[in-house]
Amino acid sequence: MTEIFGIPLQAFLSQLLLGLVNGSFYAMLSLGLAVIFGLLNVVNFAHGTFYMLGAFGAWLTLQYLGLNYWFALVISPLAVGIVGIIIEKTMLRWLYKLDHLYGLLLTFGLALILEGMFRQQFGVSGQQYQVPDALRGATNLGFMILPNYRAWVVVASLVVCFSTWYVIERTKLGAYLRAGTENAALTQAFGVNVPRMVTLTYAFGVALAAFAGVLASPIIQINPLMGSNIIIVVFAVVVIGGMGSILGSILTGLGLGVIEGLTKVFYPEASSTVVFVIMAIVLLVRPAGLFGKEK
Amino acid sequence: MKRKLISALVAGAFALAPVAMAQQKPAAGKISDGVVKIGVLTDMSGLYSDLGGQGSVVAAQMAVDDFGKTVLGAKVEVVSADHQNNAETGANRAREWFDRQQVDMITDVLNSGVGIATGKIAAEKKKLIMNVGAASTRLTNEDCNPNTIHYAYDTYALANGTGKAIVKQGGDTWFFLTADYAFGHSLESDTGNVVKANGGKVVGQVRHPLNAADFSSFLLQAQTSKAKIVGLANAGGDTINSIKAANEFGITKNQSLAGLLVFITDVHSLGLNTAQGMLLTDGFYWDMDDQNRKWSKRFFDKMKKMPSMIHAGVYSATMNYLKAIKAAGTDDAAAVVAQMKKMDVSDFFLRNGKLREDNRMIHDMYLMQVKKQSESKYPWDYYTLKATIPAAEAFQPLAASRCPQFKK
Amino acid sequence: MDNRNKILYAGLFIVGLIAPAVVYPIFLMKALCFALFASAFNLLLGFTGLLSFGHAMFLGTAGYITGHTVKVMGFPTELGILAGVLASTVLGYLVGSLAIRRQGIYFAMITLAFSQMLYFIYLQAPFTGGEDGLQGIPRQTFLGIVNLEDDTAMYYFTYGVVVLGFWLIYRTIHSPFGQVLKAIRENEPRALSLGYDVDKYKLLAFVISCALSGLAGSTKALVFKFETLTDVHWAMSGEVVLMTLLGGLGTILGPTVGAFIVITLQNQLSHLEGWVTVITGVIFVICVLAFRRGVVGEIAALLKKA
Repeated sequence: MTEIFGIPLQAFLSQLLLGLVNGSFYAMLSLGLAVIFGLLNVVNFAHGTFYMLGAFGAWLTLQYLGLNYWFALVISPLAVGIVGIIIEKTMLRWLYKLDHLYGLLLTFGLALILEGMFRQQFGVSGQQYQVPDALRGATNLGFMILPNYRAWVVVASLVVCFSTWYVIERTKLGAYLRAGTENAALTQAFGVNVPRMVTLTYAFGVALAAFAGVLASPIIQINPLMGSNIIIVVFAVVVIGGMGSILGSILTGLGLGVIEGLTKVFYPEASSTVVFVIMAIVLLVRPAGLFGKEK
Repeated sequence: MKRKLISALVAGAFALAPVAMAQQKPAAGKISDGVVKIGVLTDMSGLYSDLGGQGSVVAAQMAVDDFGKTVLGAKVEVVSADHQNNAETGANRAREWFDRQQVDMITDVLNSGVGIATGKIAAEKKKLIMNVGAASTRLTNEDCNPNTIHYAYDTYALANGTGKAIVKQGGDTWFFLTADYAFGHSLESDTGNVVKANGGKVVGQVRHPLNAADFSSFLLQAQTSKAKIVGLANAGGDTINSIKAANEFGITKNQSLAGLLVFITDVHSLGLNTAQGMLLTDGFYWDMDDQNRKWSKRFFDKMKKMPSMIHAGVYSATMNYLKAIKAAGTDDAAAVVAQMKKMDVSDFFLRNGKLREDNRMIHDMYLMQVKKQSESKYPWDYYTLKATIPAAEAFQPLAASRCPQFKK
Repeated sequence: MDNRNKILYAGLFIVGLIAPAVVYPIFLMKALCFALFASAFNLLLGFTGLLSFGHAMFLGTAGYITGHTVKVMGFPTELGILAGVLASTVLGYLVGSLAIRRQGIYFAMITLAFSQMLYFIYLQAPFTGGEDGLQGIPRQTFLGIVNLEDDTAMYYFTYGVVVLGFWLIYRTIHSPFGQVLKAIRENEPRALSLGYDVDKYKLLAFVISCALSGLAGSTKALVFKFETLTDVHWAMSGEVVLMTLLGGLGTILGPTVGAFIVITLQNQLSHLEGWVTVITGVIFVICVLAFRRGVVGEIAALLKKA
């Protein structure tokens, strides 16, 4: 059995894969945060909560509608997107003229409300969600055994992330979005319905988080705290990457997930803090973030 | 300026608003404050809620009802609260209960961290904790105090039962998956000692946060270690999730899992197909004999599930507490403890039970094995009794105590 | 200080002196510590315009250091508190130097991230006791004479400490230094153009805020005689933001009022357990949308109109 630095190859690659899976989640979530921040100038603290809602959405879809995973992948993000629209139209809208910090505080309050309600209803122990039949089991690649579902997660998130990047950077719709970010008034003057674009952007961002939540459901315990546990790491990812660039968010998320996975192999005690340590280093060396443009 | 004055008044009003919180002086006499209040402090909504939770409250109330609802002319009341597995929340609740709600005895507790914290407060306030649910041996060793009775079981008993049996079967290399707090550390250390004492080896360990969301990376480390036995030094939801994840990663193909603290409610959650063959140490099994069955059926009628060792333990503790008050003529904590040490505490839960000088309640423990699905004839028919561990052997001998009062 | 203010503060001071006769001293002490914590936080947010979302780390660090020095190393109470304050001051300097490099939202996220990092470190560090917490912290005596184990004596000690803290904040705000802070909050580029070394001022305000938060944490650890991870959790950081926001940003007494309201609410609603989080969130949302001036701010505005 081959070994790398004293760790068997199988274990090394498995942890690396787990790291890549975590990285995919970081990438999707920081992408959503970046998109929302870019246009709305709001740091969506509730982003983790929408991730949690997405996971619960999948579970509820199964429990009450009897529909399986593949339906959940579509239904849950849609439902969460609608929740996002409601929140944007009724609450966030009023804060755009104020200091950005109020947006953060509002979304923080919303996160508390939603998390508290779900906690009341479901307790903190996890709900189980089964891996869909088509993705069960593992493939033996020879040098490692690859659980199918986790491979699917990486593939699905890469597809979604790069599609998003493509739409924003390479299509007309994306051009409107980028124009709105640069100068909302001018873009509006050209006839683009900026408020509607803003609402739909927020909805898209949170739907992306919900999609990540559905992907996560079979892997981790679906519990009301899963959002807050992950969101702070995502904040660190975003500070490291800089929120200016879409591609930057994706790459930073993936990269940090992999680094975290490697840390678990060689120095597990540090795995929960390594992202923050990297953040400290980046702040010292390149305060704007790896891909950031200082505004 | 006027506005500052008004804001000062507002601030003052807020400071004095909770006027209803005046402290009461304890009534002189045999029963403090004229009422015997029993507080069930437990995990109502988290990963341990099935083992204790609402079931413990029901069990305590059953004992009060069976005893007769009054003792020495005073009423007996049961109150309850959720500590959410947070030592601070539990400790604050205990302090408030003792200071302001006239609670005389707190039971269940369930979480070792909460147990250690509340024990210190009880010692300070001279009230009683009958700790049924928590497991750490620290409660009768490093953190011992005269106001905490460790009632049902502890990590030594579990290690001695399950650990010894598995090593004797050939499981001599161990890797521990440990819940990162007092209970997990105790269980890991006590089991490790038993493994080594019986000729085995501990090859490694990994700590996981309480109520961890994802066990995959921890189990991968267990797999890498190549130990024959992966010891699960955790409980409740954590144990269930560890076992499920281990199955998912195929760990059970080459290694065996040792559930060091498993309750019947966990087996019920996992299902016999997943749990079959598992060895475990328990203090109570509902189907062991007629006496147990009779009580358990009453519990089942109220809770719609069979009682765990903790539920039965809370009933027994409450009942013995009330009996001790009656015999001692007072609810003063020190007097009640002294009385319990003198009297015969045996009941359906405490077989050959006795309260030792170091406040460790000893009683028979049982080594059980989970039945195969084919062997189970009716709902909750889960265990085969493999051995009875007599009270004198099951718990840490007094001579080995690390409690300052008893250390040799 | 004009006469009316003098009367106001004197009145409050007297209320504080007699309060333990009617109200549970432990509750009062808890509220007082949080009032100091929130006021120290307000120095940063309300008067300098910097939102730190990780202030819990200063509360908790001081608490752990004080607890450890007093319980394990046998320090007398006064030195223990000093050690705790020193720890949070140093931590504040380190974190502040890094965080000041970014503005606004990034500053908030950086402080949050550092706080989380510290949470994980404390979770694993043996001296904190991890999930179990640091238990059995002795209060000992004040100056070797007054036995602080008695709750009433401890109350007056806490009261003294907190009043001292308030006085320091008051003096800081009403000083030339405080004026510059307000200028920075109003319009940072203009303050910069006037020649002020804005970063130095921000860092100093940050460090003062951290030191006083540490004072609150150290005292609280002694009041409750234990210290747990709750004090370094991000929810605690959110709570202090809420207290300040609810009471009134940028007002002197606002954070105190906010602290008392929140602690009272938590106490009275504790039997509702899980719902407390939801209610906290609702208050947050309402404050941000419709009640941005907070209780004291709204009262002040009402009185201005009258």
